[in-house]
Amino acid sequence: MIINHPLLGPRDASEFVYKGDASLIERPDWQADNAAELFHDYLYLRDNPAGEHQELWYHEQGDRSWLVVTRNTLTHDITNVELARDAVLAKQAKKSGRGEK
Amino acid sequence: MKHRGLKYSGFKVIKEALTGHKGWKPVWRTPKPKKEYDVVIVGGGGHGLATAYYLAKEFGLTNVAVLEKGWIGSGNVGRNTTIVRSNYLLPGNEPFYEFSMKLWENLEQDFNYNAMVSQRGILNLFHNDAGRDAYARRGNAMMLAGADAVLLDQDGVREMYPCLDFENARFPIKGGLLQPRGGTVRHDAVAWGYARGADSRGVDIIQNCEVTGMVIENGVCSGVETSQGTIKAKKVAVCVAGSSSRVMSMAGMRLPIESHVLQAFVSEGLKPILPGVVTFGAGHFYVSQSDKGGLVFGGDIDGYNSYAQRGNLPVVEDVCEGGMALMPMIGRARLLRMWGGVMDMSMDGSPFIDKTHIDGLYFNGGWCYGGFKATPASGWCYAHLLAKDEPHPVATEYRLDRFQRGAMIDEKGMGAQPNLH
Repeated sequence: MIINHPLLGPRDASEFVYKGDASLIERPDWQADNAAELFHDYLYLRDNPAGEHQELWYHEQGDRSWLVVTRNTLTHDITNVELARDAVLAKQAKKSGRGEK
Repeated sequence: MKHRGLKYSGFKVIKEALTGHKGWKPVWRTPKPKKEYDVVIVGGGGHGLATAYYLAKEFGLTNVAVLEKGWIGSGNVGRNTTIVRSNYLLPGNEPFYEFSMKLWENLEQDFNYNAMVSQRGILNLFHNDAGRDAYARRGNAMMLAGADAVLLDQDGVREMYPCLDFENARFPIKGGLLQPRGGTVRHDAVAWGYARGADSRGVDIIQNCEVTGMVIENGVCSGVETSQGTIKAKKVAVCVAGSSSRVMSMAGMRLPIESHVLQAFVSEGLKPILPGVVTFGAGHFYVSQSDKGGLVFGGDIDGYNSYAQRGNLPVVEDVCEGGMALMPMIGRARLLRMWGGVMDMSMDGSPFIDKTHIDGLYFNGGWCYGGFKATPASGWCYAHLLAKDEPHPVATEYRLDRFQRGAMIDEKGMGAQPNLH
């Protein structure tokens, strides 16, 4: 698999370490009443879809950036790659945008 | 029971060879699904068929159907590297796998089918002092659970496997942990033997019948929707490792499982060189030689979520590097076939055999890359759970809630990172 790194261009997937479902970016609120349950679900449960999957790849043998890769688990086709930071900022902007309305 | 052994004989083989093999009959029926069963098993792989077999034979439940979306044995029971062993460390695992080993030892007599059970021994090599200590500890844990284990020094290994690279500069072989009762089994025959044994006791094996939904009302599961219509059941037993998350999502459940691809390889046929199963202790590589002469080998999973049943080249390279470090002669052998299978990789590397929070819905899965060796015990323990609604004594730790309780069974101590188990 070739991952099209947003800063470095196409790189072989073997330069990266796979770190699982991109939902791991969103840690639960540790102060919530049911924090133990939330963290159990966060850490141990997965959607594990057959099809499009957003996932974290860490460029350990490269620039050590964290990427959010959108990949099809049935075909291994990669349809989108972005820096994890950009993915988070985009999500936050979307959230606050909705909040203002 | 009818005398089924007489269907196969030397005379019959010769007669069929001379008459174009037109006299062989199917050994299980092709029934239409009934409206309702006591137990519906979803998944006609090794574990599902073993569950049906033991439900009928040991627990007297014969109003049972096995639903398979393709043909039976078309999943991982037909795609593995056929190794059986019970060389685990942890108390939650080792008694279960030793129970499985004992069932393997009597399997052919039990279901009267030639599964080519070959106890040729499995040898785990170590390459340094730390490896030796770890295997001494593991061997002791195995013996405490009633299994067999022998710690070999370098000369002991050299006597059995002179072809290995003992003087490798980076990973010299210092010895190994041998389980003489481990070995290999003809994997397809396991599915066929269980299928025939279940069918002859009245179990309906329904192929080309895909489950498309669960019938769940008020927290009770009372059947499944399938491509051949709705089938009611007092108990629905899901047993579809590789696709567990997909099937259980029909019941609204998320599992502590990721699906990963594991590759396996077979070389061209060679003269006998490896009498048993050998595993490399410094990387992930294991190898045995089939009765046809091919070297059957494999290594790590690819490490990313996949349902594709095929892997990528970096892991092929990694596996072959392990092979070259262990036995450089493998570099002269040509590769005949390679393939991939989808693994239920669980969050602690150990499986599940449990009820769910939905009444009437049961789950068996999370076998990682070790499901084949577990087939008999998995079937027996799942049948026990389905028949008695309580876990078998050797499978009490395989609960879905063990992460909540902090009772993980993490053989490798890797934590909740499925691609590291």
